[in-house]
Amino acid sequence: MAKNSLGREIPEQWRGRPLDPYVDPWNRKPEVLRSTRPLVRHRRGDSKLLPSLRAAIEKCELKNGMNISTHHALRNGDYLLNLLVKELDCMGLRDIGIAASSVHPVHAEIIPYIRKGVITRIETGVNGLIAELVSKGELDCPIVVRSHGGRARSLATGEVEVHAAFIAAPCCDITGNLNGVHGPSACGSLGYAHVDARYARKVVAVTDNLVRFPAAPISISQSEVDYVLKIESLGDPNKIVSTTTRLARDPAALLIAKYASEVIEASGLLKDDFSFQTGAGGTSLAVADLIHKKMAAKKIKGSFGCGGITGYFVDMLEQGYFDTLFDVQCFDLKAVESLRRNPGHREISASLYANPYNRGEVVDMLDCVILGATEVDVNFNVNVNTESSGLLLHNTGGHCDVAAGAKLAIVVAPAIRGRLPIIRDAVTTVTTPGETVDVIVTDRGICVADRHVELKKELLRRNLPLKDIHQFHEEITRITGEPRPVEFDDEVVALIEYRDGSIIDVVRRVHE
Amino acid sequence: MNLRRSLLYVPGNMPGMLQNIPVFEADVVMIDLEDAVPLLEKDAARLLTRNFLQFYQDRNKEMFVRINALDTPYAADDLREVLPALPDGIRLPKADNPEVVERLHTLLTEHEERLGLKIGRFKIIPSIESAQGVLNCVETARASARLVALAFGAEDFTASMEIDRTKSGEELFSARTQVVWAAKAAGLQAIDSIFADVNDMDALRAETLLVKRLGFTGKSLVNPRQIDVIHEVFRPSEDEIRHALEVMEAIKRAREMGTGVISLKGKMVDAPVVRRAARTIREGVAFGMLEYDLSDEVIHGEK
Repeated sequence: MAKNSLGREIPEQWRGRPLDPYVDPWNRKPEVLRSTRPLVRHRRGDSKLLPSLRAAIEKCELKNGMNISTHHALRNGDYLLNLLVKELDCMGLRDIGIAASSVHPVHAEIIPYIRKGVITRIETGVNGLIAELVSKGELDCPIVVRSHGGRARSLATGEVEVHAAFIAAPCCDITGNLNGVHGPSACGSLGYAHVDARYARKVVAVTDNLVRFPAAPISISQSEVDYVLKIESLGDPNKIVSTTTRLARDPAALLIAKYASEVIEASGLLKDDFSFQTGAGGTSLAVADLIHKKMAAKKIKGSFGCGGITGYFVDMLEQGYFDTLFDVQCFDLKAVESLRRNPGHREISASLYANPYNRGEVVDMLDCVILGATEVDVNFNVNVNTESSGLLLHNTGGHCDVAAGAKLAIVVAPAIRGRLPIIRDAVTTVTTPGETVDVIVTDRGICVADRHVELKKELLRRNLPLKDIHQFHEEITRITGEPRPVEFDDEVVALIEYRDGSIIDVVRRVHE
Repeated sequence: MNLRRSLLYVPGNMPGMLQNIPVFEADVVMIDLEDAVPLLEKDAARLLTRNFLQFYQDRNKEMFVRINALDTPYAADDLREVLPALPDGIRLPKADNPEVVERLHTLLTEHEERLGLKIGRFKIIPSIESAQGVLNCVETARASARLVALAFGAEDFTASMEIDRTKSGEELFSARTQVVWAAKAAGLQAIDSIFADVNDMDALRAETLLVKRLGFTGKSLVNPRQIDVIHEVFRPSEDEIRHALEVMEAIKRAREMGTGVISLKGKMVDAPVVRRAARTIREGVAFGMLEYDLSDEVIHGEK
């Protein structure tokens, strides 16, 4: 057992894998050539079209011990992963790893197949019940949580091998040209799947909307796709994208948004060429709305918005506040529609977005990002993976990627959530290291990392409630009391990989 | 005089909302024991309110409690429970006549004696919220030295009038005028009614602008989201502040010359102009728009 630079105890190895403890956000470097996939020659006239999922699995020559992948652009509406796992079971396959870009609550259907040994590991972060059961020790299935950029890196270096990628394709032709913007399961950007199309040994495009050649626009091309499979339905359209994403209405959340927008203004970054990312949560969108208004009032013309894209960013693009939106994933229908229509709305891969091991990632060009947190500690470390109960419940998303890239990473959270203080002595799990977090904005105060001396002065000058994080922690715990610590067993059930592949934390089984 | 532009109601029986009181930037919070609290929860609300007020020692705003009307069986218990936790004052509903205010005045005096507090510590803001209340409000405004403001309650008022409340508010015009006159004549602040549609910020802004023009100095509100709009309307503009500062500089020069009248850019500056400028500056200071040490001597001249 060794401690990483954040004081987290990391085993030397886990389930046969030697672990490299996290040191800092910047210095770990790749020492391998980029992974690749076999070249093939497609014979003119050969059909890629397969009759069934079983045929697809057979064609991919999947064997016990191999890994499959899907992407999560269909979010909680996805049918494909569940179908796939059931078919693997029917075919008698065992010891398969899921190397999807994320796993959602809808995939709780695969729990019986984990118990049965069909699925024995998950090479991605998991939202919902599977992770909860793993945390409680009720399900034996090691999980490696990776950020979006970290996942792209792990495929590029070959740390994770995807033997067969099943790419849900809302619009696809018989040669495998595909996109996400048309069809009943339209989800918009396929940014996560681009990585699979590049590195998986075999790529199967699975569609519920087979169109006449050529499918247009081409998001992933026929040159990357081995097989095409038509199925009845890829997912539940009601759960794939939100019809609309909404601003927060809770007055405390709106207050947080107001403070955050004022911090951005105070930072001096809000000027021409401003670039910006927020999530789709109500508070984040409220910040976006206020920034939009500030840009309008000051006639500021930004350069780009990125990340998961919502209608709020589309409005800013269409009104000329941004030239470009870099879109890895669409969060609402308006974003999907904009991707179809707006030339400035660009679909980008998770690798271009945030893979630290490439020759330049978009997040490094970001001025400012708004991020969430389940907990923050006095060293500015942020947890988004586990909850105060100690249970692993959330995937990382792009959290640590964007924090590392953006000039100003702002974490927004209520000071007190459900009677619990949000600022802790130490977070339960470190997702994102404090070295990459600049400001924490709550409804009861704003904390700024010590390295930002000028920003602190400016916030004081503007009468914003700047607080020292240690004093703020005390102030809040005076109200809430110190929560009883969660008890953990020694057994490690999940790794939290930092974006560079080092281990920033582990999740231990909750003691019940 | 304290700035009371925004007076936010918070239900006394909702711990989650009480907990957030310190966070919001309302000038006054009025914890409600009356209409927002169901009969079965009156006692719980009193306890929560008392405990919250005791806990909230380091206050960044004035704290009032809206008790139940004095003719209900709850008012006496409300006062007994919450006054030891030292709210700044009481919002008195259904102040239909001066006698109701006088009765509360007496009760507060008794409690102050019992608690060993300075007599007159607890302030009163009566709500004028019926036709009778409007007709009597001139006397009501002079019923107690504890009064700091007169508040108009349009919801109950329209109910008592058996009419609907509209967004444009023509039906309230006369009543509002009467209340604001009564308040000003008695040297009190005038507080307008709540605006119930928390999603219609444009209509809230329009109504607040209207009542500001009539002379109201503040507004009751039901949702913290409304605070910003109300403050924006009551906030002096940069131009107004600049002008007020010029007036102050001018009158200082005038006083040095031994006079109380001076010309500024061709317009006469005298006592009422200075008083208006002083009010603008005080508001600006309260908003953090400027720092200014406003001395009575400059405003009124040496005695």
